[in-house]
This record gives sequence, C-alpha cells and structure tokens, in this order.
Amino acid sequence: MSASADIDLTAAEQERQERRREILAAVLRVLIPVMAALVMGGIILLILGKNPLDYYGFVLRRGLLTWGGLQETLTRMAPLLLIGAGLIVAFRAGIWNLGTDGQFLIAAVLSAALAPALITVLPDALTIIICMVVSMLAAAIWSLIPAILKARYGINEIITSLMMSFLGVSFANVLVKLFFRDPATTVPQTMSLAVEDRLPRLFDTTIHLGLIIALVVIVLVHVMMTRTAFGLKLQVVGANPAAAVHAGLRVGWLTIATFAISAGLIGLGGAVEILGVWGVVRADWNPAFGLLVVPLVFLARFNGYATIGFTLFFSALMIGGDSAARRVGVPNDFVLVLVALLLIFLAVVEYLDHLRRKKAGA
Amino acid sequence: MNALLAQPFLTALVFGAITAGIPLLLAGLGEQISEKAGVLNIGIEGMMLFGAYAGFVAAYYSGSFLVGFVVGGLGGALVAALVMLLCIRFGLNQIVIGIAVTLGFEGLTAILHHFQFSRTYPRLAAAPVVDIPGLAAIPVIGPGLFSHNAMVYLAVALVAVLAWAFRHTYFGLNLEAAGNKPAALDAAGIDVMKTRTIAVLCTGLLAGVGGAYMANVGAGIFVPFMTGGAGFIGIVLAMLARGRPLWVLLGALLFGVSLSMTTALQVAGVNIPTDVVQMLPFTMVMLVLVIFARHSVLPPALGLPYVRGDR
Repeated sequence: MSASADIDLTAAEQERQERRREILAAVLRVLIPVMAALVMGGIILLILGKNPLDYYGFVLRRGLLTWGGLQETLTRMAPLLLIGAGLIVAFRAGIWNLGTDGQFLIAAVLSAALAPALITVLPDALTIIICMVVSMLAAAIWSLIPAILKARYGINEIITSLMMSFLGVSFANVLVKLFFRDPATTVPQTMSLAVEDRLPRLFDTTIHLGLIIALVVIVLVHVMMTRTAFGLKLQVVGANPAAAVHAGLRVGWLTIATFAISAGLIGLGGAVEILGVWGVVRADWNPAFGLLVVPLVFLARFNGYATIGFTLFFSALMIGGDSAARRVGVPNDFVLVLVALLLIFLAVVEYLDHLRRKKAGA
Repeated sequence: MNALLAQPFLTALVFGAITAGIPLLLAGLGEQISEKAGVLNIGIEGMMLFGAYAGFVAAYYSGSFLVGFVVGGLGGALVAALVMLLCIRFGLNQIVIGIAVTLGFEGLTAILHHFQFSRTYPRLAAAPVVDIPGLAAIPVIGPGLFSHNAMVYLAVALVAVLAWAFRHTYFGLNLEAAGNKPAALDAAGIDVMKTRTIAVLCTGLLAGVGGAYMANVGAGIFVPFMTGGAGFIGIVLAMLARGRPLWVLLGALLFGVSLSMTTALQVAGVNIPTDVVQMLPFTMVMLVLVIFARHSVLPPALGLPYVRGDR
C-alpha cells in the first residue's frame, strides 16, 4: 500500500519535473534566437564602427522607456497585430500568404479614399465601420486569385500571392494618382480625414482605438483556431491536406476561406493604420510591414498571446530604430538585418531542438 | 501618336527591353537550376542585391566591368553558400531561410551603402559595348538588339549551354533526379547533398552576376533595394518555364519589354504614372498562370530537405 503510494508520488514528481523541463525548453527556444540575433547584430555594428551598447540602449530608451516613445510603440502595434492575426490564420492552415503588403495597401487606400467622402454625410462611427468593412472585403477579394489557383490547380501560393502583392502595391499607387487624388495638393495624395474624425484616442494618450481592436481580434483568432470546429478543420488541412481530403473536408473551400480571412484581417490592419494614424495615403507610401511580421508569428509558434508579446518587442525596435537612424547614425534598415538574423537563429534552434528530441526518442 | 512609331522610340524600347531582361534571365536560369535540384530559392532577391552591391563596389574601385561581374557573381555565391549551409546541410525550412536572406541582404546592402557612400550615389562610366558586325547596322532594331555589353551575349549563349547540359550531361540528369526522386539518386551512388550544393551555388553565381549587370550596366549606380522584386520574377519565370531554359529567355524578354515601356514612353513624351507600366509584367504573369494554370509543374521534392533513410 505505502509502496504503491510512493511510486505514485514519484511518478507525479517526475511528471512535474518533465513539465518544468518542457517550459524551460520553450522559453529557451525563444530566448536563445533573440539573444543570438542581438549579439550577432551587435558584432555587425562593431564592424561598422558603431557601439552596439549605445545603439541598443538608445533603441530601448526611445522605444519603451520614454512616455512619448512608448505611446508610439503601442500605436505601431495595432497594424502589426492585425497582420499577425491574418498570418496566424494562414500559417496554421498551412497556407503561405505572402501577399500582405498588397492586401494592406489596397485596404489602406480604400479607407483613405472613402472616409473623407463619407464623413460629410454620415456619422463618425458609421463612416469608420463602413471603411473597415470595405477595406477588409477589398483585401479579401485581392487574395482570391492566389486562393483559387491554389484550391483548383494546386499552384504554389507563395509565388502567386507575392505577385499579387507587387501588383497591389502598384495598383494602390495608381488609385491614389489617378482616381482618388486630392486636387488641392501638388504631391499626389488622397483627401485627408480630419484629426477629430479619426479613430478615438484612448484616454489622454496618442494611442488610438485600433490597438484595442487589434488585441481583441488576435485573441479571437487564437480562440477560433484552437477552440472551434472551423479552426480545427483549418489546422487539419494545414497539418496534412491529404488526410483532410480523406476525412471528408472540403479542402478547396477551406483554402479559399483561409485566404479571405487572412487577407481580410491584414486589410483591417491597413484600415486601422489610416483611420487611426495617418488619415491620408500619399503616393508611393508603403510601410512594407508584411514580411517583417512573419518572423514574429514564427517566434510565437503561431500562438496569438505570444504574438502580442513579440509584437511589443518589435514595435519598440522599429520606433527606437527610427530615432536611432537620426541620433546614432545607424540607418533603420538595420532592423531588417536583425529580423533576418532572428529568423535564421530561430530556424537553427528549432533544428537543434529537433535533433535533441530525436536523440531522446531513440 | 506618331512619336510612338518613330525610330528613337523603338530603338529605346528594344534596347531597354534587353537591358531590363538580362538580370531577369540570369536570375530565372539560376533559379531553374535550383528548382530542378529540388531547392526552392526564395532568397534569390538577396543574392541579386548582394551581387549588385559587391559588383558595383568592385567595378567602382577597380574601374573594370569584368572585375565587377566576377565579384558580383562571387558575392551572390557567398549568399548562396549561407543558404546551402542552412537549407541543405541543416535541412532548415527553405521558405523561412529564403525570406530571411532576402530581408537580411536588403538591409545589409542598404547599411553598407550608407557607411561606404553616405548619401551620395556615385555613377560608373558607361559600360563598354560590343557591336555585332553587320547586324548592329540594321536600322531601328540593330542598335537595340546587337549593340550591347558582352554579358548580354554571354547570358543568351548560356541559355543554349544549359539547354544542352540539362539533357545531355550527367550533371543535368543528376539535377533532375535530385528534384524528382532524391532517394533514387542516392541509391545510384551519387551524393544528393553535393548535387544540390552545386545547384544552389550556381544559382547564387548567376543571380549575383545578374545583380551586378543591373547595377553596373543597366543603371550605372547602386541604389538600396534596387532589384525591386526582380528575383521574385526570376522565380516565376523558372516556375513557368518547366525546366526549359529557352522559355526563361522568352519570359525574361516579355518582362523586359514591359519594364522598358516606362522609359520608352517617357522618351516619346507620353505621360502616364509609372505604376501603370510597372503593373504590366505582374499582370502578365498572373494572366499566364490563370490561363495555363494546369501546366505549371514543379519537381515533387521541391522545398523538401533530403534526409537519408527518411521516407
């Protein structure tokens, strides 16, 4: 009797230890790539004759530790989180939607074109809601061609969505220059939405409502993908399309739905950025957030909550990096290098972890 | 409208089409080699950019275009070596690494340019031109087609060489096997890793030379982010060409024409936003994909790392 209780106890203890080790491993899988990328980036800065501690210190202070910088960082999170939410849906369903920039810009331009016109006849709230819906629909429609080509003919969506992205960026410019141009300005841009008509600010800050929308959306997306039948179907398609067909899932339709939802959320990101921050789209404006969010979503292993954390980290890096370009003299293209290093080290750590598990399994 | 039919317009259009098409051709051929061997090289944009920057700096300080091409090619191959190490040796996800390489070298070349040249954009002298005797004297199309830098003729010759090599050499057949059924190649006693390694290095070399051509001959200057998606067009060309180099050439010329339309129309005094013209090649690709959707074929093992013994 007492002997078996002892055994139970040790089994429970072992399980607890096992779980602790797993958590530690999960934390390390994230921390190691981040640290390695920062160190490697620091070495590159050293080679270029800049003090990496100055740079990182400045970025940290400017991006997180000053009130103004923190507000900018939190504001920047809104579009990034929405893009992240869109990518989570796609990646979990095994779809490489790399058409983010086109979808984002088309949506942004439509919001910028519609809002100033609608505001003259409709109440504020209605204008903003209509703009968001139209932007989401437009982005979803823009993703239809890659979606259908993938669903019907199995054509690699990486290439087609990238092509549609290039097309979308140019098309957004054409819209600004030829159709929605504000005749009163010399540089081509859309009419602008007055500051008081934009998304309401939160309390006394410069942060707009878009951040709340984005946070709610990414949590909803996480719940949808992990806790609903629809989300689980998408995950089955992502994990094993052949098995999904055998299980009687309509893979074609699910593929198209995935693309539409993913693009729609990314489009919402474009709408929020315009309705909340800029109020206008200038010709040739393209923040190119798309590919930058990809590593964040990977780091978070497609987990919505973790994505929030990484987006905060990355927003601070972007905002701090912008100021560092002026003050420390390191161009903010350096952020691209950091992102690349992050992706590479992430993949390497993942690989080492895979080896470790394989060895443990064998 | 008469201006559109005038000789300067047509000559500029043809000349521009070749100049814009050659980097695409080199990138497309390079990507084709990788894809045949089963490696999807999304990082080719990064290889082109690094080749462009390295090639430009080399040509700028040495004053020699040949040195520029050699260093550009080596630069591209260096990036390819990184991809090779991560994707082939370690078997890491080719798409993730591809995105990383593209982003990383976009950023790195922009920063290197900033620290080397600050905000100046020095210009190279005009690239040397080789006239094909006789043909270059043909009115209208002669100067546009047969009066180019030697690299143009080399690149076109490469199409024929590759078409032959793919079909008639062991190397070409090994490539094909590495993409279609790597296990069979392995069973035949040929190293899959080595075959793929050579393929990826060739891709880097060609992409790097293409980038160097773009900077040194096409533009005469280096501007950060100057490749502007050329590498991705190369990927599409390779995908649509289904392993045949001649189709890459045709596709590259088609893209070249629509890219050179912008400048040619400006020469002719027609004023439409450049974006409209920039949309042309991508619209064309999407149309081709939609129309010939069923015909684009990729090797079955594309994008998958080869692990001996894995099923």
